[in-house]
Amino acid sequence: MLAALLVVLAVVMMVAISIGAVTIPLGDVWRIVLHHLGGGGATGDPALDQIVWNFRTPRVVLAAVAGAGLAVSGAILQSVVANPLADPIVLGFSYGASLGAVIVITLATGASLGGLGVSSAAFLGALAAGALVFVLGQRKGRLAPTRLVLSGVAIGYVFLSATSFLQLLATPTELRTTMFWMLGSVAGAKWDQLPLVSTVVLTTTVLLALFGRRLNALLAGDESATALGVDVHRLRALMLVLASLLTGAVTAVAGGIGFVGLMIPHLVRLTTGADHRRLIPQSALVGAIYLVVVDLLSRSVNRPNELPLGILTALFGAPFFLWLLRRNKSLDTV
Amino acid sequence: MKLTVDQLHITLDRHPILHNVALEAQPGDIVGLIGPNGSGKSTLLRTVYRSLRPQQGVVRVDGDDVWALSPRSAALRTAAVLQESGGSPTGLCVTEIVALGRTPHHGLLGRDGADDHEAVEEALDQCGARPLADRDFTSLSGGERQRVLLARALAQRPKLLVLDELTNHLDIRARFELLDLIRSTGITTLAVLHDLDLAARLCDHLVALHHGEVVAAGPVLDVLTPDLLRDVFGVTATADRHPDGVVRVTYGAKPLALDLMPDEVIS
Repeated sequence: MLAALLVVLAVVMMVAISIGAVTIPLGDVWRIVLHHLGGGGATGDPALDQIVWNFRTPRVVLAAVAGAGLAVSGAILQSVVANPLADPIVLGFSYGASLGAVIVITLATGASLGGLGVSSAAFLGALAAGALVFVLGQRKGRLAPTRLVLSGVAIGYVFLSATSFLQLLATPTELRTTMFWMLGSVAGAKWDQLPLVSTVVLTTTVLLALFGRRLNALLAGDESATALGVDVHRLRALMLVLASLLTGAVTAVAGGIGFVGLMIPHLVRLTTGADHRRLIPQSALVGAIYLVVVDLLSRSVNRPNELPLGILTALFGAPFFLWLLRRNKSLDTV
Repeated sequence: MKLTVDQLHITLDRHPILHNVALEAQPGDIVGLIGPNGSGKSTLLRTVYRSLRPQQGVVRVDGDDVWALSPRSAALRTAAVLQESGGSPTGLCVTEIVALGRTPHHGLLGRDGADDHEAVEEALDQCGARPLADRDFTSLSGGERQRVLLARALAQRPKLLVLDELTNHLDIRARFELLDLIRSTGITTLAVLHDLDLAARLCDHLVALHHGEVVAAGPVLDVLTPDLLRDVFGVTATADRHPDGVVRVTYGAKPLALDLMPDEVIS
């Protein structure tokens, strides 16, 4: 299954690189990518090389990394707070990132505020939200799931109202920038943005998959998980930290993309089950595939204009998801 | 595996829940924990499966203080079947639920091996859950769920079983089947049971809790005296061993001992 998904991801990425204002034959894409990965061969036309390697490849890679990160983050949060509606947005992480980004966009005179760029501010915003949820969702050294979700929702609203207030004060250009940012986009992807976010997404995903067995035990309930030898409080705390780190790293470079974190994990659960040792790597790959496709659509449907990703993630994903929900019998039982 | 609880004190939110509780289970013993609602039975169990740290006193499993053990090594000794595992959709099938019992046997890098497979298969067979193996847990009946959860506990290969109201909501046959199953494992067991007839049938010894204190402990008939049934449970009843060897509790025509314990029963 994992190998099949990897192949699909590779094919989808190649196709996404080949399609654009100038469509480049897959053979050329393959040759150029291979050349840059150290596989030898000639680059051919330098203009093609420029389009493939400097514009489209980083963009497609970023879409894949962002999709993977958000899907894994959602999968973890849903299990950790024992709530199928949980995702980085519901827990307030994405709104924290939005506030950070919007502060810099609207209040900064240049590209940064006190040396802080939009990306770093978004990253810090997500971590701040994560820390707040962690501190306020805690009582007597316990992180109770319901309190965590509700704290996250409340904190998210506070961030959102601050963000909305700043948007009211913004100039029309700034407002458009904030809108585009909050809906997410990988249009501006550059190679130098990729190492950090890729490292964070890859290492946290591997780490989280290693905790798969313990996350499974959490499905049995807190007390039963304890009796199965899991330190529930520590596990929950660690998972929250990793999920906010993951969300922060992705949101910093790709904006507040919705739907992926909420729906991709459910999609995987409905098709191949809830065992986290499969759920986490599969969510990562399906999330990656999904966002690469959505990004391709976002720059294809209304050329040469681009749509923010957040508009399309739900528009295309929701109907499919609803169809899957209707098909699934296990959801009938209470 | 021997279980020893000694001088246990628990206070939750400034309410004393357990006071100076002591009990003992010899290897292979089945000890029943009885008492009315709110007498501290489940709290006592929590200290045994290492979920609640007592303010005072000690719980020893096989000679070691459970709080001196890591969560994992404690879970290698003690398995629990609790009330919480109700009907929330987990998306796991029966085999996967039973395989959760293998959790403490692995560190972060551990992969499923032949041991795990064998333990899960054996537990499924032992509990008659084989035909359910591929079913979604939420699609099971109450009795089937309890059997699966017991299978999960057995797959843990514990030396001590902690059971909280395992037979609740089950029909009479399913109750007897589960009790026979527990007996047949030979594992030292501490079980909370509301039904006194079942407690008498299953257990070697009973421990009666009342307001967080042990008020009686010992062989079944020594504990289930008319006085205790009246003072602790507020009912008029007697317990005797019938010629077939089974202890039965017979409730009086006026089962409520209202005249004797008015405020107890009403509050």
